[in-house]
Amino acid sequence: MQQTLSNPNLYRRRMLANRIGLTLSMGAMVLGLVVLLWILSVLFANGLSALDWNLFTQSTPAPGTEGGGLLNAIVGSLLIVGFTVLIATPIGVFAGVYLAEYGDQSKTAELTRFVTDIMLSAPSIVLGLFVYAILVAKVGHFSGWAGTVALSLIGIPVMVRTTENMLRLVPPTLREAAFGLGAPRWKVATFITLRAAKSGVVTGLLLAIARISGETAPLLFTALNNQFFSSDMNQPMANLPVVIFQFAMSPYDNWVRLAWGGALLITLTVLLLNIVARVVIRDKTA
Amino acid sequence: MSLSEAVGGRDGQHMLAIVRRQRIQDFFFHKVTLGFSLLVLVALLGIIGSLFVNAWPAFQKFGLGFIWRVEWDIVNEEFGAAIAIAGTLASAAIALLIAVPLSFGVALFLTETCPVWLRRPLGTAVELLAAVPSIIYGMFGLFIFAPLFAEYGQPALQSTLGQMPLIGSLFGGAMNGIGVLAAGLVLSFMVLPFIAAVMRDVFEIVPPILRESAYGLGCTTWEVVRRVVLPYTQKGVIGGVMLGLGRALGETMAVTFVIGNSNKLSASLFAPGTSIASTLANEFGEAADFHMSALFALGFLLFVITFFVLAIAKFLVIRGEKAKGA
Repeated sequence: MQQTLSNPNLYRRRMLANRIGLTLSMGAMVLGLVVLLWILSVLFANGLSALDWNLFTQSTPAPGTEGGGLLNAIVGSLLIVGFTVLIATPIGVFAGVYLAEYGDQSKTAELTRFVTDIMLSAPSIVLGLFVYAILVAKVGHFSGWAGTVALSLIGIPVMVRTTENMLRLVPPTLREAAFGLGAPRWKVATFITLRAAKSGVVTGLLLAIARISGETAPLLFTALNNQFFSSDMNQPMANLPVVIFQFAMSPYDNWVRLAWGGALLITLTVLLLNIVARVVIRDKTA
Repeated sequence: MSLSEAVGGRDGQHMLAIVRRQRIQDFFFHKVTLGFSLLVLVALLGIIGSLFVNAWPAFQKFGLGFIWRVEWDIVNEEFGAAIAIAGTLASAAIALLIAVPLSFGVALFLTETCPVWLRRPLGTAVELLAAVPSIIYGMFGLFIFAPLFAEYGQPALQSTLGQMPLIGSLFGGAMNGIGVLAAGLVLSFMVLPFIAAVMRDVFEIVPPILRESAYGLGCTTWEVVRRVVLPYTQKGVIGGVMLGLGRALGETMAVTFVIGNSNKLSASLFAPGTSIASTLANEFGEAADFHMSALFALGFLLFVITFFVLAIAKFLVIRGEKAKGA
């Protein structure tokens, strides 16, 4: 049967608008993918040449000299991030437990949630300023500990948010069964709910690590940087992001090469952590 | 009848002892977790407080006019926030102008037209793009984007838009590939996946029945999105955009590499400028007392601005969720 249109012009206009809109949106997606692939390929092209054995065994070279690696920066970053995890995880998880367990009944929880979200998206350089004011200026020198505190200020909100969200996903029937058996509230919150949400919390931890490994600004005025290899947390500590910042903006070719290598290293770590986190959470919910 | 009367005998006493112990344990558990929670609150108050205290000398000298003073003379200790604020706002505005329509397109594609088997990998690709550290974008901007922009982009802009009467002066001047416009563009790459992910999540929450009824009435896909999905997710979308704005305002690394770091206010978008974050990144290392106080003042202003943007964003997102009945 022939389709009869009461207003063929309107129909054509609507169809055209639809086609244009959908084509533009596909174009936007293609553009986004092109940018991602472009950035990744540029990273690989420039950074791969710097990924050799020297990168992991030698410390940063003096300006203008050849060779050298990023050993002190890598070790420094591992130390700073490691200590940050040690500090941020208990605080973040327990605060998240508080929000999930007692959150519906208290104004403090509402406020904490709000504050956590603010700090999650706050400019990280301002957090670095704060830690400078309370730790570095008072003590008189930069230190790895100051860098750790600054990164914790970013890591804790991430942990709190993900822990709370994961705990809320645990079916209430599980908790109620535990209460019905006579368990006290703290046992239900930790041995039952937290244990059930274990993989979600681990995912949150991985995402937090990914987030803080790439942060440069908070470390600029706290851990600063160190030309030499040092594992003394009380002194300025070399770290990958600040080294990359310093080397990339410099006029020395060798430094720029190392900067690309470091950038590739950080990106691979961050992407790997994100992918592992996704796989963990997918296995859990599948 | 009290508890001890109701539960008689030796077993009853034993159970009472356990219950009493558990009540004390619960009490401490509550207090301990509350304490950790309050730690976060205290941290925020500490940040605002310490920033203000350290910025006070600068505010004392220049007063509220600090905000619109166009001056950044380190030697004579004359400071004003206007140049940095202008750069921050300009680069963030350019970034959003480009990123928001593109993110909308990406979110539309992912929720409506994308074949189902492709949805998860593409969605993951967008989220991975959002996870890339900002220093990578900065390096990309400085080494790859800026030369290309100087060679192809800027001349094209200058010969087309630069010739127009009113806005022409925005595209004048030397074309080195860095500057406020370049910073805005690099920032848009950074912010795009972030806003796209939020928009996609918000679009996915629309109840299928609303969409299906619209399709059933004969709407095209575009009309469904424009007239059903967008109005329903309005507040969430605006909230997502403001979150992206908050990110763009506070971004340091992606901007510092390409904005040119010059403490001058210029009419052209091609000219180098500075943002609050990049001023801090560049000058804090060697700042002396009063200079440092001025920098703290900048940091305080930035924090206040992003605080308000984020608070409004949160408010809108919560209202959006309430409207959905969530």
